[in-house]
Amino acid sequence: MKRHLRMTLPSMLAAAAFLTAASTAYADIKIGSILAVTGPASFLGDPEKKTLEMYVDQINAAGGVNGQKIKLTVYDSGGNPNKAKTFATRLIEQDQVDAVIGDSTTGATLAIMPVFEDAGVPLISLAGAIQVIQPVRKWVFKTPHTDTMACEKIFEDLKKHNQTKIALISGTGGFGKSMSAECHKVAGQYGIQIVHEESYGPNDNDMTPQLTNIKNAAGVQAVVNPGFGQGPAIVTRNYRQLGIKVPLYESHGVASKQYIKLAGDAANGVRLPAAALLVADKLPASDPQKKVVEGYKTTYEKKTGQEVSTFGGHAYDALMILVDAMKRAGSADKAKVRDEIEKTKGFVGTGGVVNMSAKDHLGLDLTAFRMLEIKNGDWTLAN
Amino acid sequence: MRRFLEGPYAGVLALAILVAVLPLALPSLFYLRIAALIGIFALVVVGLNLLIGYAGQVSLGHAGFFGVGAYAVAIGPTYLGLPAWLALIAGAAIAGLIAFLVGRPILRLRGHYLAVATLGMGLLFAMVFANESAWTGGPDGMPVPHLDLFGFRMSGARTWYWISGVSLVIGAWVAANVIASPTGRALRAIHDSETAAQVLGIDVARYKLIAFVLSAVYAAVAGAYLAMFDGLVTPETAGFLRSIEFVTMAVLGGLGSTFGGIVGAALLVLLPQVLTVFQDYEHIALGLIMIVVMIFLPAGIVPSLAGLLRWRRS
Repeated sequence: MKRHLRMTLPSMLAAAAFLTAASTAYADIKIGSILAVTGPASFLGDPEKKTLEMYVDQINAAGGVNGQKIKLTVYDSGGNPNKAKTFATRLIEQDQVDAVIGDSTTGATLAIMPVFEDAGVPLISLAGAIQVIQPVRKWVFKTPHTDTMACEKIFEDLKKHNQTKIALISGTGGFGKSMSAECHKVAGQYGIQIVHEESYGPNDNDMTPQLTNIKNAAGVQAVVNPGFGQGPAIVTRNYRQLGIKVPLYESHGVASKQYIKLAGDAANGVRLPAAALLVADKLPASDPQKKVVEGYKTTYEKKTGQEVSTFGGHAYDALMILVDAMKRAGSADKAKVRDEIEKTKGFVGTGGVVNMSAKDHLGLDLTAFRMLEIKNGDWTLAN
Repeated sequence: MRRFLEGPYAGVLALAILVAVLPLALPSLFYLRIAALIGIFALVVVGLNLLIGYAGQVSLGHAGFFGVGAYAVAIGPTYLGLPAWLALIAGAAIAGLIAFLVGRPILRLRGHYLAVATLGMGLLFAMVFANESAWTGGPDGMPVPHLDLFGFRMSGARTWYWISGVSLVIGAWVAANVIASPTGRALRAIHDSETAAQVLGIDVARYKLIAFVLSAVYAAVAGAYLAMFDGLVTPETAGFLRSIEFVTMAVLGGLGSTFGGIVGAALLVLLPQVLTVFQDYEHIALGLIMIVVMIFLPAGIVPSLAGLLRWRRS
């Protein structure tokens, strides 16, 4: 048994020494990032990582921030809260970062928030759910729209068209569940009645039974589908197959070309709230976001050869809000930068115009969402 | 003296010394967090080793028990008003009870069938945690209240290092006791040949069940620790990949060796941290290391190296 000890101790010490050596690189401003680059949420983390790396290079090439270069450290949490928390500790203890962007998912963000609250380091999350900023935490901000806003935008549109009785068909995944709960919360404010409700699992590949129930339900004037991934595409196909005539509303969770590809012709006529980024080329020249979203779209698509997604856009917004705050603070001092992030006013990002305050660490209102309608396999601005 | 050194308790003593001395060599809270995580995962693997390494029964569903412990300390204090320590004990007891009830029919199966049955059991747990959102918070998980003991708040990497370290020593000591007892001999006999063991008058079903229940309790306690340490629990805690991770830790470190389990856990917790220097190639490097280890040290790191040393000496 003695030999066991002899083997374990040196190997552990060697590993510890390796860890120290790996993290002593020197840089001026240190920005850390924890993203779900791999794993089930990699469709979020991958464009986010590419965006951050691309723009940090660009900022450094242009002379950096306040004359200092940015050193970016990205860790891959795989969307796993436990891993994310370990990396959060590492960013603070080892890398001693000045500010952090991440995590991509709500679960992982909720896990790392207390670490940054305790350490007093600004954190800008890229997660969707409203729990990240409600209740407001001193050091935590976020850039993506909340699902509450998506519900409100859809309801606003429904009210405009005098459709007040709706059916919900929700995915049972985290996104669908959370959004459907938020829709229930705000429906009353818009005079919307949810008269029928159905759900489907993340791996279901036929929603005809649920949709048949909706078709047969009396008085349904529109159908809303909170969900994301391939589920909504199947819902859309089945919806047309059953010949349901009332309008179908999807969520911002399907705001990628992938959805249109999967749903095919059935997608035509579907309405959804989404960020201006998706319709960058169709925005009128007078739109305040036009320049920003077109710039980001061109840069991203040229550099990566991939189609732009709103998720990478959230990372762009987070980085730019952070850099702006550092410029205004004149340094990377954590407390000053935090105060300046909170004072962000009139920042035009890919997600909308951001006006933060001590009570609002997101700073987006409903104008951040555009109501889109799919026509001929492409996004168009609905009116 | 010599007899003590060759007995099962010398290893436990060495482990105790290691746990006591290690913090002196760790420069920051980050390392303490890593060490605490190693302790927590090693605890599961020490228990799992009793089942896989000694009784020779594979389980691909132990993350389920891990999750039961984790959700017990989340749900108990939040909804039932239990103190966290009581919730922890309740979680371990529930996991043990479930293992007892499920184990009776499941352990009649052998080989692949047993693997598939335990896999299904693990998936069921994960589905319940993900879908019963009124109790578990659904796919985004739920926060876990702090553990308060004797008026002190148990939080932070340093505190959890000691909790997990001391628990690991106790866990290893219990395992050493089991292994050295008639139960341990019976388990090893079952591992070598179930039929032969039966012929020798060993109640095969009963001993398999003991190992299964024990390992479930280990997993549940460790799961509760992880949940309280992280302050959050999500269904991934009990996910299928977690189960695979546990088995990998046990096999990589060396089946049938308590120290092997600890080394395996340490390796799988440390490697992702060390390999971040490879950036995009991190996962390739991790896979490669595992393949190389299994090719050159087929019995697992600790038993293979120990065998090599013994062979050199003689």
